[in-house]
Formats: sequence, structure tokens, C-alpha cells
Amino acid sequence: MRALWLNPVLVGLSLTAVFAACLLGSTPLPVDRVFAALFGMGSEADQLVVWAIRLPRALAAFLVGAALGISGAALQGLLRNPLAEPGVLGVSASAALTATFALYFGLVALGDWVLPLAAIIGALAATAIIAFAAIRTQSVVTLILIGVGLSSFAGAMMSLLMNFAPNPFTLSDMVNWMLGSVANRSFQEIKYTAPVMLGGMAILFFSRRGLSALTLGEEAASGIGLNLRNQRILTVLGAGLATGASVALAGAIGFVGIVAPHLIRPLVGHDPARSLIPSALFSGLIIVLADICIRIIPTTNELKLGVVAALIGAPAFVWIAMQRRTSDG
Amino acid sequence: MVELRADNITLSVNGAELVKDASFALKPGELVVILGPNGAGKTSLLRASLGLAAPSSGHASIGSEAADRISPAQRARMISYLPQSRPLSWPNVVKDVVSLGRFSHGATLGRLKGPDAKAVETALAKCDLTHLAERRADTLSGGELSRVHCARAFAAEAPLLVADEPVAALDPKHQFRTMDLIKAFVSSGGGALVVLHDIGLAARYATRLIWMKDGCIVADGSVLETLNSARLETIYGIKAKVDGFNVQLEGAL
Repeated sequence: MRALWLNPVLVGLSLTAVFAACLLGSTPLPVDRVFAALFGMGSEADQLVVWAIRLPRALAAFLVGAALGISGAALQGLLRNPLAEPGVLGVSASAALTATFALYFGLVALGDWVLPLAAIIGALAATAIIAFAAIRTQSVVTLILIGVGLSSFAGAMMSLLMNFAPNPFTLSDMVNWMLGSVANRSFQEIKYTAPVMLGGMAILFFSRRGLSALTLGEEAASGIGLNLRNQRILTVLGAGLATGASVALAGAIGFVGIVAPHLIRPLVGHDPARSLIPSALFSGLIIVLADICIRIIPTTNELKLGVVAALIGAPAFVWIAMQRRTSDG
Repeated sequence: MVELRADNITLSVNGAELVKDASFALKPGELVVILGPNGAGKTSLLRASLGLAAPSSGHASIGSEAADRISPAQRARMISYLPQSRPLSWPNVVKDVVSLGRFSHGATLGRLKGPDAKAVETALAKCDLTHLAERRADTLSGGELSRVHCARAFAAEAPLLVADEPVAALDPKHQFRTMDLIKAFVSSGGGALVVLHDIGLAARYATRLIWMKDGCIVADGSVLETLNSARLETIYGIKAKVDGFNVQLEGAL
């Protein structure tokens, strides 16, 4: 079954959500003023609110969600496991750790590219460890445990860095990284991370056919003509780039890549290849909506996106895990 | 004509010799059954001859290509391979699973082009699965699932088929049905190499038997030439009465 309506509907909803994000906020703007501001008309204040604050924030939210969603869907295909996801597997935490390292030791002063690069290196290293472990073990449980180990280790290292934080400002910087947020993002930051995110997503998209083949297991997949080694490299590279760049833009946001693919899969005949694009769109949509909620819920301290994502995503993770039959270990 | 050849293959894994100096050939029109006890090296021999495991010595070739240098897609277009374990990671519909047989031809699930769609239709019909095409594979019985895997293998339209225990855990009727499908594939010009544990079934269907023990091929020939009670005694350690194609097992030695 190919749901032809799926992608167009998701694109439409995503555009609507990004537009809504420009309308809503501490001071809601009416539709006509947002339209005017988007096309460079209207008052200067409106243009500033839309172009410097709300639109980049909404686009950052969408990009981060899409990158994590497609990475989740691709890793689930590669590891043949609905619980695989950059956050669960420790990829996001590792990326956040290397990014924090770069912040802590002042490497960021070398250039704007240092932070994204550090996050991407962390993400690639963690994804490679997971993929390497996946070659040696067939057990899903083992892989998840390795991810838990990676997450815990990255968490411990982050705590260590926070322990030695020279001043409260550095400390709050690091906390922001760990919690994940798209507040105050500018087009400047998007410019440095979006190409890497899109590049990673493109690699995943163009290597998607192999994920269908892996449905049959690795032995039969190579039997029907899949180059297993190349597939692993491409998926690890794509997911690492996309996740690393998303962490560079928004910090560690966990569990995003688990909810959307899980809901999309039945609509695309449970084919990992066909789940990539809708999962990316749907994840982006979810994060944009979650970020709108954060902005309009009146709280003294703004809620962090990563916290909200985990509040929704972690119960979903537990629920999906409980649905699985124990026999396919 | 595509031929699968293994010449003097030795396969060692962690110092253990799983296959020792084994040679055989598979041509179209043959239904060759490999027999031997657990641990005789049957699966290892298949994997080495397909280039899925690197032999420590010896040489395998598929058609005119060396098995260790042929690309996976090229190999898949010449040989369909049904491994022993056949997990389905996702609850795909039957038609999608069968369509994966066209992977090496560049088919994309859900968007099959002319020849791919035709091959899948034909394979579904051949394996009596047309009415189950849109069913989720996780709702099928073991017998139906084995037909799905056969259909997946046939959809590739490769001239050769290598199947590792295709009838394991099937009831007698479905064992016969699966073997009938493989036999029909051979009658239509294919060549099949099949690992079986049922000696009676092997005698009934094989045009040739390859006997393995402790990593070595100890005999390779027709049923009448190689199947006798002395052979069953040395290979399996069982007592049996053999009369031509009929085998009556009497128990362990």
C-alpha cells in the first residue's frame, strides 16, 4: 500500500505549522501583518519579530526535527529495530559532549564552524560504535544497552565538565546544551548547520533502498544483492551528519526519532525506505508544534524543547518497547 | 550457461576447519541435495562458494566470475540464495517481501516497473500466493511463509538457486509442496543446490547427492550410486534399510 496523500499532507501541515509559529507568541500577530512582514512589507517591528525571531526559530525546530526523524527511521531500518534512535543510542549525547568540550576549552573562538564540526565528530563516532557493535551482535537488547552505556558515559563527562565550569555563565551554557532548545536561533546559525543536516539527510535518502533489503536479515540481504558494508557506512555517515548538525543547532533533543517513524510505518507498508521522508516531515512538524506550545505556555522560565520532547517521547519509547514480543530479542 | 563451481575450498574460522578441500559444481537442470549431520560444514560450504565467507584456500566461481570478486548485485542476478535463518524484521505485506527478490534488478518497493512487476506476479502465482499478496507476512502460517521465501527467490529469475534447509520445521505436506516448487524450477531450466535433513525427501527429489561429514565431501553422485545403508551408517551413525529410492530408518547405532 502506498499512501500517496501522505507526503503532500505532511508538507502542507508543516508549512501551516511554521506559519502558525510566526503568528503565535507572547504578542500574537494577526495573519495579514505576518504575511506583510514575510514579504518585506509592514512595520519594521513586525519584520524584526518575524524574520529575526520567530521564522528562524520555527525553521530551526523543523530542521532539527526532520534530521532526527529521518536519522531515527534510517537507524531503525539498518538495525532492524523500532527502538533505535539517535537519542536512545547515545548519538545525541555524544554529539552534545564533544560540542560542550569545544565550548569548554574555548575552541569555538577558532571559528563558527568549530561547534558544528565538534558535534558532528561526536555523533559520527557514536554511530560508528553502534554500527560496529551491530555487526558483532544480533541482539537488539545488547545494542540498546550499548546506547545506554554511551549516553551514560557522555552524561558523566558532561557532569565532569560542569563540575569544573569556571563560572556560572559557562555552566548555564552547558545546561542549555544538555536540555536542548531552539530559542534565539538566527539565520546565521542555521546557515552553518543546515547544509550538513541536508547533506546527511540526502545520503540517507539516496541509500534508502538497502534498508528495504535488510528487512530479510543481513545474510539474505546480501544474498539479494545488497552491498552490506557500503550500506552500513552510508547510513552511519548520513545519520551521524544529520544528528551531529542538529545537536550543533539545538543541543541534545532525545526520543524525537522514535515517535514519528513508529506512527508512519503502518502507513507505508512497514518499509523502512518509504518511511524516511514522511518520518522526517512528521518529526519536523511535531517539533515545530512542541516549540509553539513552549512559547505560548506561560511559565516563569521558558521550558526547554529537549525536556518537552523527552516528556512525550520517553513514555512512547516505553510503550513501543512493551508492544514488542520478547521472542525477537 | 551459468555454473556454480567450488574448487578445493578450505574454510577456517578461528582456527577450526569448517570445510576441508571441498569441490563440487552445480549446473542448470540439476537438483543437487547436500546431506550430512549437524556441523558437517554444509552451510559453510554454501557460504564460501557464494563468496559470502572468504575461504582460506581454494577458489569458487559463479559463471565466469570469481565468487569473492563478483558484486553482490551481479551475484544475485545469477544465484538466488535462501539462507537457513529467514527473519522478517518488519510485518511487510507478502507482495513487498517477494518484490525484494527483484532488488538486484533495481526494483523499489511499492513502485515496481514492468518486468519487475511481471516477475513478482509470476512468482506469486507459481507459489500459490496470489490471494495472499496483500496479507501481512506476520499473519501467515509456517507453510505459507516458506512459500513466500521461495517466491522471493524465484522472483529474481536467476538461473541458479541455493537453499539452506528450505523445509526445516514444515509439516510433511508443506515439505513436499516446497520441494515440488524447487523441482518445477529445475524442470524449467534452473539449477538448485539444496541442504536437506530428510534422507527420504532427498532420495525422492535429488538428481544428485553430495554427502558431507566433518567438513569433507565424502561422496558425490546419483541417488542409486551413493545412497546405501553403509553410507548412512558412516555419515549419520544410524541404522537403515535402503532399497533403491526407499529408505527406512531404524534407529541410532
